[in-house]
Amino acid sequence: MTISSSGELPLSNEHDIVLSRQAVRRMTVELGFSLVDQTKMVTATSELARNALIYGGGGTLRWTLLSEGTKRGLRLMFEDQGPGIANLELAMTDGWTSGTGLGLGLTGARRLVNEFHIESTVGLGTRVVITRWK
Amino acid sequence: MGEFLLVTIQVDMQDQLALRLQDDLTRAIEKKGAKGVLIDISALEMVDSFIGRMIADISAMARILSAKTVLVGMQPAVAITLVELGLSLPGVATALNVGRGMELLRESLRNSDSDDNFLER
Repeated sequence: MTISSSGELPLSNEHDIVLSRQAVRRMTVELGFSLVDQTKMVTATSELARNALIYGGGGTLRWTLLSEGTKRGLRLMFEDQGPGIANLELAMTDGWTSGTGLGLGLTGARRLVNEFHIESTVGLGTRVVITRWK
Repeated sequence: MGEFLLVTIQVDMQDQLALRLQDDLTRAIEKKGAKGVLIDISALEMVDSFIGRMIADISAMARILSAKTVLVGMQPAVAITLVELGLSLPGVATALNVGRGMELLRESLRNSDSDDNFLER
């Protein structure tokens, strides 16, 4: 697997959520994703960027354009230094929320991508990595 | 638009803007005594759980103010994504475009005149 390019975006305020959606849209277009796949990746981005901001107190989005043979993909890492998630299993349940949301952010985002990985340490923060291949 | 309100969402909204729209719209329904609300999202390239909830909330608030909401123009890619995300927008009526949405509203208004089933949803 080779990395074609990478970069990062801040997730410090609501406008950054909009900017990250737009950046991910541009990347998926560049990768030649279908419109449905673009929309899925952009929507997952919106959910996870909002989580990092609301629950994690802000963070960063690191993006990587990947290629593996003829396959191309986009990997996004959402990282925050917030309170972390004590019970990941519970957090990955549809409808469970620690806040005022619908509880669809994490579980919904997982359904929209090909690869989903989450790790969280109480007191240190949360990292979610998603990948979608063309 | 007579007794109907038409809201066209044209921009990629920040969360605060979505909340303000919800506020403004419920106020407008009350002020104008609107019987129906059309929300045109044909320009929206994405609906996430936040916007989805806003739409469902507007619909519920409108219902309490005895107005019916119809969501129109959702792009197919958005609809596919929304369902996979886990949001099926229960209780929100939808139509393909503004014209059909208007028909739907007129029809349910006519029905509510004859029997009192307007609030059934």
